[in-house]
Amino acid sequence: MPRLLPRRKRDTAAETPKLAPAGPPPEADNFLEVRGLTVHFPTDDGLVRSVDGVDFALRRGRTLGIVGESGSGKSVTSLAIMGLHGNTGARIGGEIWLDGQELVRSTPEQVRLMRGRRMAMIFQDPMSSMHPYYTVGHQIIEAYQVHNEVSGKQARTHAIDLLGRVGIPRPDRRVDDYPHQFSGGMRQRAMIAMALSCDPELLIADEPTTALDVTVQAQILDLIRDLQREFNSAVMMITHDLGVVAELADDVLVMYAGRAVEHGPSRTLFEQPRHPYTWGLLGSLTRLDRDRQERLMPIKGSPPSLISLPSGCAFRTRCPYADHNDGREKTEVPQLLEIEPGHRTACHLDIQERERIWTEDIRPRL
Amino acid sequence: MTEGARAGDDVKAAQAAEGAADSPDVRERDVLVRVRGLRKHFPIRSGVTRRRAGAVKAVDGLDFDIREGETLGLVGESGCGKSTTGRMVMRLLEPTEGTIEFGGRDITGLSRGQLRPLRRDFQMIFQDPQSSLNPRHTVGTIVGLPFRLQKVTPEGGIKKAVQELLELVGLSPEHYNRYPHEFSGGQRQRIGIARALALRPKLVVADEPVSALDVSIQAQVVNLLDDLQNEFGLTYLIIAHDLSVVRHTSDRVAVMYLGKIVEIADREDLYSSPKHPYTVALMSAVPVPDPARRETRERILLKGDVPSPMDPPPACRFHTRCWKVQDICKTQEPPLAEITGRHQVACHFPENVPAGEGGAVEVVELVKPGAAADVDAAAAGVAEASVTDVDASGAEAADADAGGPTDVAEPKDTPPTSAP
Ligand SMILES: Nc1ncnc2c1ncn2[C@@H]1O[C@H](COP(=O)(O)OP(=O)(O)OP(=O)(O)O)[C@@H](O)[C@H]1O
Ligand SMILES: Nc1ncnc2c1ncn2[C@@H]1O[C@H](COP(=O)(O)OP(=O)(O)O)[C@@H](O)[C@H]1O
Ligand code: SF4
Ligand code: SF4
Ligand SMILES: [Mg+2]
Ligand SMILES: [Mg+2]
Repeated sequence: MPRLLPRRKRDTAAETPKLAPAGPPPEADNFLEVRGLTVHFPTDDGLVRSVDGVDFALRRGRTLGIVGESGSGKSVTSLAIMGLHGNTGARIGGEIWLDGQELVRSTPEQVRLMRGRRMAMIFQDPMSSMHPYYTVGHQIIEAYQVHNEVSGKQARTHAIDLLGRVGIPRPDRRVDDYPHQFSGGMRQRAMIAMALSCDPELLIADEPTTALDVTVQAQILDLIRDLQREFNSAVMMITHDLGVVAELADDVLVMYAGRAVEHGPSRTLFEQPRHPYTWGLLGSLTRLDRDRQERLMPIKGSPPSLISLPSGCAFRTRCPYADHNDGREKTEVPQLLEIEPGHRTACHLDIQERERIWTEDIRPRL
Repeated sequence: MTEGARAGDDVKAAQAAEGAADSPDVRERDVLVRVRGLRKHFPIRSGVTRRRAGAVKAVDGLDFDIREGETLGLVGESGCGKSTTGRMVMRLLEPTEGTIEFGGRDITGLSRGQLRPLRRDFQMIFQDPQSSLNPRHTVGTIVGLPFRLQKVTPEGGIKKAVQELLELVGLSPEHYNRYPHEFSGGQRQRIGIARALALRPKLVVADEPVSALDVSIQAQVVNLLDDLQNEFGLTYLIIAHDLSVVRHTSDRVAVMYLGKIVEIADREDLYSSPKHPYTVALMSAVPVPDPARRETRERILLKGDVPSPMDPPPACRFHTRCWKVQDICKTQEPPLAEITGRHQVACHFPENVPAGEGGAVEVVELVKPGAAADVDAAAAGVAEASVTDVDASGAEAADADAGGPTDVAEPKDTPPTSAP
């Protein structure tokens, strides 16, 4: 599937459907709660269902890992939470509650005011969120002054302090450098400094280390972990690297073709996964920590087009167990249901059968 | 200090015998590629006059062999010279210095014309399946190109041969008339592999063959490379920054840092007992997909960034970031020397050295009236050996040991670890 974006339709505003009234606010523990989130893009080729019904909750001080292949809707989900779809023509449905306020139904101005202090994001590509014509320091200072009434001098001191904390050597000098004068790893760290300038309560990190070497990645992950501890922030860590998830996340959400297929505590997801797609991801992994005795067990084929998803279970075209479902996989979208407290999966296959497959067929071959 | 001086001849012979006992088949196989003293310095020019202002020492003296049917993995961080090495082995790039032998023949000085008949024996797979395929050509044209370039007509014609190749790599013969943009990343990589295999090469150099792909697709391509190797007895040089992929695909692994090989060993040896501090740090930085281990795992955090290859640190290039650095590391370059059978390391104070073997080296070294610095180095190596022997974190115990009979520089520090 080519990753080219189909051209956007022009007259989308008129078609935007009315939002249903939001449900009751979530319990106070859930700093972030996403309910039935949908993000669709009308294009000339058809409606791209990038996110098609995702829900999860996240508390302060906790880290949620979101994994899935490229194009599964991870970034689109985070941009929806941040209110950054702007004029992309995105049609957003469902509810996003941040500390008791519903964002889908808020005005862009209201959401803008929450960015920075309430929530901040680290992007996949540091250059996309840094302006090449301004010094690194200038950009951090600006982000800081949006929410804090401080003098230029105080803001500068704060910026130098932050750069030092993210491990930039000689921050008092480097603060006046332009982004291109930084190495890839330093730019990523500077962007983290920018995202952290107002001690955000929710930090969304979208593949923050994908482009970096492992030694730099280790430094950055450490940094995120430390800062989370210090501020008790909620963190959403988006990645396709199951190693990063295992290292950082308390809970994991596995996405496939715009939907959540499995969600649960990190240990459970790695030790008792109950969705064939999650098995496929684990079966595909080359491992540093041990020799895999047998061949890898890849998932066959490639992800489907989001414009014409397979009916029923979107994974059925690649699922080795698709014919175990009496045809339901073709007619019914499997709902994300709780199979044990805190562990949800979206699959029609009988749960005892899934337990058996995992213990007998999959786990021994990993 | 030469290799011979470091390990006495007897020791070496014993090790050779041991290595042979381990894996007779690999050891006795013929060497297909032999690289000696390979260097590539890219001149940097500055100003309007384009005056030569220095050089990027991208590759700065490599020695390695690849045996027939074996896979050598080349790992290291971005910019350490992996691709430059691969391109020189392919003779796509002129070395500044050194020799490359292919099947016993020195191909370094060969002209384009002399090289042409040999070209079919070595082929390359590239990192980015998107940009390595001409978007205006059909799959048929792309995969059939090597036949046309080499003026080879396969039995049954080019079209039939191409369709067979497509099937071989898991595509369908009907894809013959399609264009690259109609395929997914994984499928495009398969097209690149089909093209590389067209002329049944002996050596395939694969530069980051899976790093642009999703994990599920990576696994498909890794399995495919594996199958093809078994079927055609291919020899691979696999270049990758991902240590897990290299562990899975390679028989032997070379670790590069700033243009040099710092460690080279058989796969099992390297992963079970890495000896160069850089290798140890690199491995400890890889996140492991096992949440149960995250509390107990020790990670070594390296300080700072990799220095510029224009102005690499003198002597041991890793000394600016190494937690074991001593004075000698800044003045004497550690040679790439064999410590145990087939395991070579370039470090004055290697990790994970079995006490027995380290001891043997020391005895040989100390009785010899050699240069004082050499003695220091070997002896300190022993001190270090006892460190690892006790416990990687038992710094005090190690200091006590080191202060004993040899009385040499003690290990300065334990690694700056972080256990979350
Ligand atoms: N044509 C060139 N001119 C000048 N410098 C170059 C040239 N090609 C490569 N270099 C430099 O040589 C060094 C090694 O580059 P090389 O591409 O071999 O790295 P690599 O190990 O393959 O890295 P990566 O993992 O990022 O692909 C780098 O510092 C690079 O910037
Ligand atoms: N502005 C847009 N218009 C149309 N399609 C889009 C747009 N943004 C993203 N998409 C599509 O939505 C899907 C999910 O994208 P994304 O969330 O970026 O994936 P990932 O999980 O890799 O982060 C992709 O198929 C992408 O092409
Ligand atoms: S519902 Fe059926 S096709 Fe879908 S994942 Fe479960 S077993 Fe596979
Ligand atoms: S111990 Fe010395 S020689 Fe070995 S890697 Fe460290 S600095 Fe280099
Ligand atoms: Mg993304
Ligand atoms: Mg490269």
